[in-house]
Amino acid sequence: MIPEIGSGALLVALALAVYGAVVAALGARRGQRALVESAQHAALGVFILLSAGMLLLIYAFLTFDFSVRYVANNTNLGTPFYYRITALWGALEGSIVLWAWMVGLYTLIVILRHRTSARELYPWVLTVMLGVVAFFLLVMTVPAPVFARMVPIPADGRGLNPLLEDSGMITHPVALYLGFTGFTVPFAFAVAALVTGRVGDFWITTTRRWTILAWYFLSLGLLIGGWWSYHVLGWGGYWAWDPVENAAFMPWLTATALLHSVMIQERRRMLRLWNVALVILTFALTLFGTFLTRSGVIASVHAFSQGSIGVFFLAFLALVVLISLALIAWRWDTLGAQGELDSVVSRESAFLLNNVLLVAATFTVFFGTVFPLLSEAVRDVKVSVGAPFFNQVNVPLFLSLIFLMGVGPLIAWRRASVENLRRNFLWPVVIGVVAAGVLRLLGVGSVLALVTLGLTVFVTATIAVDVVRATRARRSMGERTLPALGGLLRRHNRRYGGFVVHLAILVVAVGVTGSQTWSVHTETTLQRGEETELAGYRIRFDGLRESQESNHGKVTGTFTVLNGRAAGTVLEPAKKFYPQEQSPIAYVDYRLGLIDDVYLVLGDFARDGTSATVKFQVNRMVSWIWIGGLVLTLGTLLAVLPEPRRKVA
Amino acid sequence: MKPKFLVGGAVIALALGYMIWAGVTQSVVYFVTPSELQAAPVTGKAYRLGGLVARGSLSWNPATLDLAFNVSDGKTTVPVRHRGTPPDLFGEGRGAVIEGQWAPEGYFKSTLIMAKHSEEYQAPHDTKAAPSPGLIKTLEAGGR
Repeated sequence: MIPEIGSGALLVALALAVYGAVVAALGARRGQRALVESAQHAALGVFILLSAGMLLLIYAFLTFDFSVRYVANNTNLGTPFYYRITALWGALEGSIVLWAWMVGLYTLIVILRHRTSARELYPWVLTVMLGVVAFFLLVMTVPAPVFARMVPIPADGRGLNPLLEDSGMITHPVALYLGFTGFTVPFAFAVAALVTGRVGDFWITTTRRWTILAWYFLSLGLLIGGWWSYHVLGWGGYWAWDPVENAAFMPWLTATALLHSVMIQERRRMLRLWNVALVILTFALTLFGTFLTRSGVIASVHAFSQGSIGVFFLAFLALVVLISLALIAWRWDTLGAQGELDSVVSRESAFLLNNVLLVAATFTVFFGTVFPLLSEAVRDVKVSVGAPFFNQVNVPLFLSLIFLMGVGPLIAWRRASVENLRRNFLWPVVIGVVAAGVLRLLGVGSVLALVTLGLTVFVTATIAVDVVRATRARRSMGERTLPALGGLLRRHNRRYGGFVVHLAILVVAVGVTGSQTWSVHTETTLQRGEETELAGYRIRFDGLRESQESNHGKVTGTFTVLNGRAAGTVLEPAKKFYPQEQSPIAYVDYRLGLIDDVYLVLGDFARDGTSATVKFQVNRMVSWIWIGGLVLTLGTLLAVLPEPRRKVA
Repeated sequence: MKPKFLVGGAVIALALGYMIWAGVTQSVVYFVTPSELQAAPVTGKAYRLGGLVARGSLSWNPATLDLAFNVSDGKTTVPVRHRGTPPDLFGEGRGAVIEGQWAPEGYFKSTLIMAKHSEEYQAPHDTKAAPSPGLIKTLEAGGR
């Protein structure tokens, strides 16, 4: 009975969402407040019904209701309690429910925040948001019914994919979806601005915080995804340019461009058309990402099963793009720029170049991702381009972007004088070059690493120059150093929040550079008691043992690190045997460090426990990537703090 | 727009176009079936060879880390050699996609094995990308 109530709730929610979208639009056209209020009630109803649907699904998981196909496919009697809840978004159908629920939640927040502050745009925003929810509810009803029954009812479920039984899988999808769905809000505002013809700066400044938050969650989702890949998959990497990683990375790139170009519009009344296009592109790319993940057109580590769902997403994507383009064409005349670029050497052009490079990176990632499809369609040859392609094309783009990260925030608006350039950049350039020279003398041989680290130091120095100068200015007004610094961060939280986020990106860049340049690995078979050495770390194989967990068996190898910073650490990589899987799954063990991670994967082993084959990696500076995530969080928090009120005398 | 911005834009577009072109030509990998590879193997070209690991062909020596097996599409088999532990999900009678090159000595020298998960969800593995479903379908249909 419960599953029927669940499907019913979702069906009613679909009807309500369509109703709400339509009456909000009617209310806007006729100027009837009552209709818009009715749409608000509909939005609340949709959210309550979606929440109810989600709770019923969780209930089905918790009570092992294997008559529901989705439950039977994604849990079994041995699945631990918390993974039965997170199994909700462990596969296709449930992830759509979570997605729709989040858009529903965002819709409510939009109602609460913008009901009165954005009176003209607001009804249309409601229409768009409810329209998006309606689409996802349609997907839940027709191609991916989450409450579909299964006959005959199995005695036990198939179980959650063992690789998803990990804390990273609890948080990664949630963060990623919060990011993806978050871009619905700026998109809805952009469409509303186009429909009403109020394409000025209001809509974009209103949604600035939304964009930052969505961008932050997307960044976090990508980083947690990298962490999951690193500590679960056992290949020692965190990013593989897999199609679905790319699918999430593309909207991240365009959203990053947007965060910067918004500032140009606010300050110089330029790039209106560009910003509308970026918002629409970002939203379209989130849909495209979902399409890639869920349609099976491109094989990927994340790919869900194939089915008609791809057609739905493709159709919706086409609808979104066509409507957006039509609206842009309709409002073409009003989207012209009011400001003009004065000089190539100015903050505007630094930001413009940043945008061009980010969009170029998006294009290369897109091209590389769909290249197999293109090639097969055009030449009927099955080819693919792997990580080397993406690295080769993107590394120069990213290095240029890091360089601009140092230039953009300090260079003068309109036209930078030689004096301005000297004052801001002389020392940072000198420090950056000296740092690269010192690293060279210390034995860093890789040119790429030298360039990246030199640029990183340069950008850090520009930030330091700015902070020191501004703090000094406040101190000259009589403040002490620390309060001066605090006041600076608080008063100009947007600017300094941005700087902290830049530092976070630099920390991640150092981690990526270090790990790509200096990580080493080996693979060897050890007899019990035998030792092996890699990059100054000696490990000894101490033996194997067998154990039985709630839903799988496990063979664990014991290895002791004998020297170095990790001396005495016992690492226990294992092989897990899940009854529902045809072959064992590796369980990685590692010791994380600021400079070195010691990382072990148990390969093969002798049945009598006398020998084991182990993949032994010493990965360098990978932890910096995760630390970058923490810094990113701090910077974002600072950037979205409410603007301080000016004191009224 | 001032001309110098247009020139700048054109320069960036050209540079990007060149980088993409160079990137594609240098890192393109061809999907082939054993029949296609045996018909015209080119030494030094990057391939992804897809097929089923032939039963009875697998040999694994933990001491030397040498792995050897044959990949079949039902018509032709190709001998493959790899150094390293077979990945999870890899085994006889199962699908696999192997990235590597044709060695002049007459075998396929593997640098990366991507095992094919048979169930609904394509599980990640010791890999940088998973096999093309189109390819696997072709293989299952009899290797055409």
